[in-house]
Amino acid sequence: MADTTTHAAPAEHTSTGLPSTKLAMWIFLASECLLFGALITTYVLYRGSSTTPPYQHEVFDIAYTSVSSFVLLASSLTMVLSLVAAEKRDFARMRLWLVATALLGMTFVGGQVYEFTSFYHEGLKIGGPGSNLFGTTFYTLTGFHGVHVTVGILMLLSLVGMSWAGRLPDDQAFPVEMVGLYWHFVDIVWIVIFTVVYLIPQPKPPGT
Amino acid sequence: MQELDRFHEEAGARGVADPREAGHARHTHPSAKEYVRIGMILVVLTGIEVWISYSGLPHGLMITLLFFFAFVKFALVVLWFMHLRFDDARYSRFFIMGFAGACILFLVVLLLFKAFA
Repeated sequence: MADTTTHAAPAEHTSTGLPSTKLAMWIFLASECLLFGALITTYVLYRGSSTTPPYQHEVFDIAYTSVSSFVLLASSLTMVLSLVAAEKRDFARMRLWLVATALLGMTFVGGQVYEFTSFYHEGLKIGGPGSNLFGTTFYTLTGFHGVHVTVGILMLLSLVGMSWAGRLPDDQAFPVEMVGLYWHFVDIVWIVIFTVVYLIPQPKPPGT
Repeated sequence: MQELDRFHEEAGARGVADPREAGHARHTHPSAKEYVRIGMILVVLTGIEVWISYSGLPHGLMITLLFFFAFVKFALVVLWFMHLRFDDARYSRFFIMGFAGACILFLVVLLLFKAFA
């Protein structure tokens, strides 16, 4: 692999020999796997159990959600490009890619807000009178993911602000890598959600 | 500071046989070109997934293919974008523990409530 970049983790002596921040991030992401595992399991468990409309096939717009998926995938690419720039100590370009990542994330969240609003107007509710199992499990799962994306955007913007203000350590690649790990995790969760929730067709209930 | 840098360089040159040095040794990340290549593959795979969902294939085959492509995308992001392929194996172990836990939870709950219901 000739065209590669080299990155050194910050000097830190720990009993494991690994940077504690990075180890903690991976342990956190492992715990997040369990959280989303539980949410996805709940969605699949109750899939097709709704007895009242609207049903999945009545509200989903696969083409629209596919565009959102491409946007989130593109944001993962811009995130790693910001890491490449940070490793080359090209901090102006690093900030540019971080802002691009945040903007793509905002586009995704904006799309999700629009989707939720249109579903709500079609009668899909999370609770109260007129709600159904599909609405409750769908909003809970995708809503939790949307909140994670929003937190990621705040982390990205904080990173840009701190870099701009010169408040990041000399090796700016390390914090970018840590935020990047979180961001990519949000992306892989969406890969699973997109397949399980949107792409796998749900059998139509009888009489519809 | 220079001494510390030299220590890291020497550790990188020696490899990471000593676990105390593993986390501090220099590790190699892919270049921008390789990242873009991976990104393009992800876009193509997503396109294929969307095509499959519209294709009208038999339900069982469709689900198998969709899960296969989702797993490939998942692995590409984790191994390249999150650098598990290039980093210390202990990070992978922690992540696999969480991921395996989620898969076990999924299978156990569905077996209990669907198959044996």
